[in-house]
Amino acid sequence: MMKLLRYLLLCALVLPGAVNAALTIEIVGSGANQIPVSILPFVAENSLPQNMTSVVAADLQRSGLFKLVDASSVKMPPAEPGEVSYPEWRSRGAEAIVIGAVAARSDGKLDVRFRLLDVVKQTQLAGFSYTVAPAQLRLTAHKIADVVYEKLTGDVGVFSTKIAYIVKSGKHFELQVSDADGYGAQTVLASNEPLISPAWSPDGSHLAYVSFEKQKPIVYVQSLLNGARKTVAQFKGNNSAPAWSPDGSKLAVALTKDGNTQIYTINADGSGVKRLTHSSGIDTEPNFSPDGKNIVFTSDRGGSPQVYRIPADGGDVTRLTFDGNYNVTPRYSPDGKSFVFVQRVNGASFNIAVQDMATWQVQLLTDTRKDESPTFAPNGKMILYATEIGGRGVLAAVSSDGRVKQRLTTQAGDVREPAWGPLLKNQ
Amino acid sequence: MNKIVLSTLLVSLLAACSSQEVKEQPKAPVESRMPAADTGAQTSGAQTQDVAVNPLKDPNNILSKRSVYYDFDKYDVKDEFKPMVEAHAKYLGGNKGANVAVQGNCDERGSREYNVALGHKRAESVRKIMNVLGVSDKQIETVSFGEEKPRAACHDESCWKENRRSDIVYQGE
Repeated sequence: MMKLLRYLLLCALVLPGAVNAALTIEIVGSGANQIPVSILPFVAENSLPQNMTSVVAADLQRSGLFKLVDASSVKMPPAEPGEVSYPEWRSRGAEAIVIGAVAARSDGKLDVRFRLLDVVKQTQLAGFSYTVAPAQLRLTAHKIADVVYEKLTGDVGVFSTKIAYIVKSGKHFELQVSDADGYGAQTVLASNEPLISPAWSPDGSHLAYVSFEKQKPIVYVQSLLNGARKTVAQFKGNNSAPAWSPDGSKLAVALTKDGNTQIYTINADGSGVKRLTHSSGIDTEPNFSPDGKNIVFTSDRGGSPQVYRIPADGGDVTRLTFDGNYNVTPRYSPDGKSFVFVQRVNGASFNIAVQDMATWQVQLLTDTRKDESPTFAPNGKMILYATEIGGRGVLAAVSSDGRVKQRLTTQAGDVREPAWGPLLKNQ
Repeated sequence: MNKIVLSTLLVSLLAACSSQEVKEQPKAPVESRMPAADTGAQTSGAQTQDVAVNPLKDPNNILSKRSVYYDFDKYDVKDEFKPMVEAHAKYLGGNKGANVAVQGNCDERGSREYNVALGHKRAESVRKIMNVLGVSDKQIETVSFGEEKPRAACHDESCWKENRRSDIVYQGE
């Protein structure tokens, strides 16, 4: 019914070491109740190398939860609440507006101030100021969007988070990290052999991943601060499917060192490997619950691949999925109340579904042909996943209620294996 | 002594030139992560050629066939491929110096990680037949590429059936 179709062409920042690959974001669908909000131009914003309010507006637009009220006709934007003509914004249909100003400092940095104002009550909902280097303007804009999102929806904003994913071009593979909106992609690792399964450490400082560079899957952990990496699991046979414990001290991995693919835990430095599951089939794709007490995983112990749960220190295994004969790749929601997974539907397509932990109710979220590798945004509101359009791998996102959908595509190569990074509190 | 140093250097250089070089960015120095076995392959030009036909390469010999194919989400070796696997087991029994890697592969559908595990099961299914016929695990290594190294590139069953496969690869090939 509500059909909102917007194309936002976003150009990647050209930074040293950055990949100049633009991500196009296309939004389909919208939230049930869109909040009408207007982002007014910031005073002196035109002098900046980076327009900030367009970034804030694009973030809010992309969430599908806001209706952007046009403010482009504003010639003299207000810097303070006293300069705001509330009746005018009310007549334009805005319930909230964002105003702000930018000022250069003598040390080369910039002071950025903004306020979120309630148009109806004529009160301030939030107001912050930041002192930042010019290179941080984009990140600052994302943080402003996070504040607006949180104040108006009640949920934490995730616009200032990062995502990791794999890009395949021909036989060349790259592990890249970018902003959540696809900007500023940086290559973390390049290889001529496959890379899969990137996983963020809970503090966002490291990525675990699987590389085939030694002609078999081996688990590595790499620092995003200095690029240094460690081999965490390189046992006989396969070493795969890394997942971090919530405290970052260890990983769950799938190993074949004792025969079948089974789940083990191992310290983040590669020591102290301990077998967790004991089945005669495949046990793989472990994922810790947010409280660290349980692990969901994929197993074919019942004859077809299904989702199971086991206490993180071992114990009785509970089967969680029964619908259909192929349910794989479970990942807990950030609140631990549900998990997202991949379900084979009608024996043909692979789709993203979410299952409630308490009621066991399943909701199918996508309807394309080859959807895989779902990963929750750290606020639990969106799910990023990999899909295929015209034989090419692209990333897509769907809101956890299924209403809002986005597609992210690069100009070249296959994009797959997304992993949404954590919220960073002290950024 | 100098020769050893020189050849080590050569191996390092070959490793550095290899297509399997992995670059870490942004700050780590470029490191060569070549397994030793691969550099060996590049320096094997000095080996003498056998005049007799190598049974492993003879198109009229069943040993020249190397691939086992599977149904979707299946890993059992179908009857039609058993004589071929058994012939390789017999060859390995008679050539204790020969070693094989059995490489399991999957089509692109479904979870990449589940396919890594499924590819392993496929390779294991071949190993188990060879074990029953007396081949020691010392001569067989099983690895899985999951769906990551497809032989056929299209996105329908004509390619998928080609990619659901175990390959028997002799060391040095």
